Amino acid sequence: MRGFWRALRRNRLALVGGVVVVCLVGTALLAPGLAPWDPNRPDVKKILDAPSAAHPLGTDALGRDVLSRMLYGSRVSLAVGFVSVGIAMLIGTVLGAVAGYHGGLVDATIMRTVDLMLVFPRFFLLLAVLAFLRPSIWTIMAVIGLTGWMGVARLVRAEFLALKEREFVVWSQSIGAGGLRIVWRHILPNAMAPVLVATTLGIPAAILTESGLSFLGLGVQPPHATWGNILNEGKDAIEIAWWLSVYPGLAILVTVLSYNLLGEGIRDALDPRLRQGVGRIATRRP
Amino acid sequence: MLGYALRRLLIAIPLLVGITFVSFLVIHLAPGEPAEIQTGDLSIQSDKQMRERLREEYGLDKPLPVQYWNWVKRLSRLDFGKSFSPDARPVLQKIGERLPVTLLLNVVEMLLIIALSVPIGVLSATRQYSTFDKVTTVFVFVGFATPDFWFALLLIMLFGVQLDWLPISGLRQINWEYFSFWRQQWDFLSHLILPITVATFGGLAGFSRYMRQSMLEVIRQDYVQTARAKGLAERVVIGKHALRNALLPIVTILGLSLPGLIGGSIIVESIFAIPGMGQLMVQAVFERDYPVIMGNLVVVSTLTLVANLVADVTYSLVDPRIRVAGRRSRR
Repeated sequence: MRGFWRALRRNRLALVGGVVVVCLVGTALLAPGLAPWDPNRPDVKKILDAPSAAHPLGTDALGRDVLSRMLYGSRVSLAVGFVSVGIAMLIGTVLGAVAGYHGGLVDATIMRTVDLMLVFPRFFLLLAVLAFLRPSIWTIMAVIGLTGWMGVARLVRAEFLALKEREFVVWSQSIGAGGLRIVWRHILPNAMAPVLVATTLGIPAAILTESGLSFLGLGVQPPHATWGNILNEGKDAIEIAWWLSVYPGLAILVTVLSYNLLGEGIRDALDPRLRQGVGRIATRRP
Repeated sequence: MLGYALRRLLIAIPLLVGITFVSFLVIHLAPGEPAEIQTGDLSIQSDKQMRERLREEYGLDKPLPVQYWNWVKRLSRLDFGKSFSPDARPVLQKIGERLPVTLLLNVVEMLLIIALSVPIGVLSATRQYSTFDKVTTVFVFVGFATPDFWFALLLIMLFGVQLDWLPISGLRQINWEYFSFWRQQWDFLSHLILPITVATFGGLAGFSRYMRQSMLEVIRQDYVQTARAKGLAERVVIGKHALRNALLPIVTILGLSLPGLIGGSIIVESIFAIPGMGQLMVQAVFERDYPVIMGNLVVVSTLTLVANLVADVTYSLVDPRIRVAGRRSRR
């Protein structure tokens, strides 16, 4: 563990990413205190005002302060990122563990389900499901989580397949330890490294997906501010109000970039062998 | 070879059944009984009507297996039902009009990605830690983190609004018919430039990264040393011996990334108002046009399945080891 921290500290880019991530979490938590204006209060006298001292990032079509809306929007992005990835990790770990440890028909069934889920282009599947549900922050979290667990399941299964042949597992089986105990105490802790990396890289992917959905108008609904739906409004005013389109996108870019740098740093620090990990491209685009 | 292809085909059949099953299950997410919904009266009314319509169309009052069987029977006759939108045209016809556009976009995008990422990857691998390598690494990280819809908005602002060089929506200008032949071609092409740039940008980052990784691994292999030792020119060593082997895993990754690329067309098509599958899907979702949504889901995922199959078979064509390994594990 000490080696891990030393390796991570030596990676300057990962460190920068980590600091930015901490700052972003901080601003999201403190948004009500930091926001200079009420994010939802319209002002007819200030419609589409360019950035100024009072409104550093300008105002939108209803005269609301863009900076305040973006600060509140960061809470949505963060919440969706953490919760949906949490859901995906939980499902993926449980199914991957069961498949890898159990083997046989159970394994085959779970892995064919994974194959099946991966055949659906994710954005099409997300839209199809959202067409039937009422979009809210909760449904968005659930839907992104439920369509994003397949990669983790494959990773965990592969770890389990390798680990269950190792001596320490075979020995605990030989002294009569139960299956659940072996999985929980011996295999799972050793299989968590790739899950941690997948989590750090999964959060930015989920943030991109959420903002994409909100941009299309199918994600978190106005008047709730999110980076995606500010951009959606920016698109309608693109010829007159550049600040509505530029700043929220920049926020997404910086956030995703920082998480990715941190995630790559953690991966290298945990295990240089993981560097060739496949799955990046699968998580890049929704 | 034929045996391998047939085996892959057999594995694909249950997946095809799975696709129809999942697409079918999706309609059971439709809003439940009106009592469960707490929002305004109007939406209760419309939900009730929608439920009624779905019940008629898909026989939702019958047992689940019967419903599914009926839906599959209709699908097997390529009957995807009729659209719920006022024009009530057959779903298959609607999809058929839009499929070529999406395919065109994706094929061009794919070719561009390959044409650009292979040289980028090879150059940054053979000149590891050079300025070029560092610049492309930065590009890769930024490319990964850039939301495609934001990149599209920036391009629209720059080339569409500020400079007014390129059209930003649709595939053709309104008075297109009156143009001369060459003017028409240019008009079509100029409408495609921005969407294709956006679509290519996202994938490019990932592929050049993979190409670099794959090349880095290959140039450390013994056979590359051997090729150098026997006095071959560096150009031949890299361009022939190394590149061929480095390209192998890329075929698989290409197959794996297809759903992502096709899914990306949803955003690109809706921003640039391109009449393809992605735009159709978004419209159908807003109009709650369920038959079109389900039809889209089946068609798009079947396309992905076929493309994956082609990638698998291509991989086994270029790398005979795969075929042999498959045969051995079967025994």
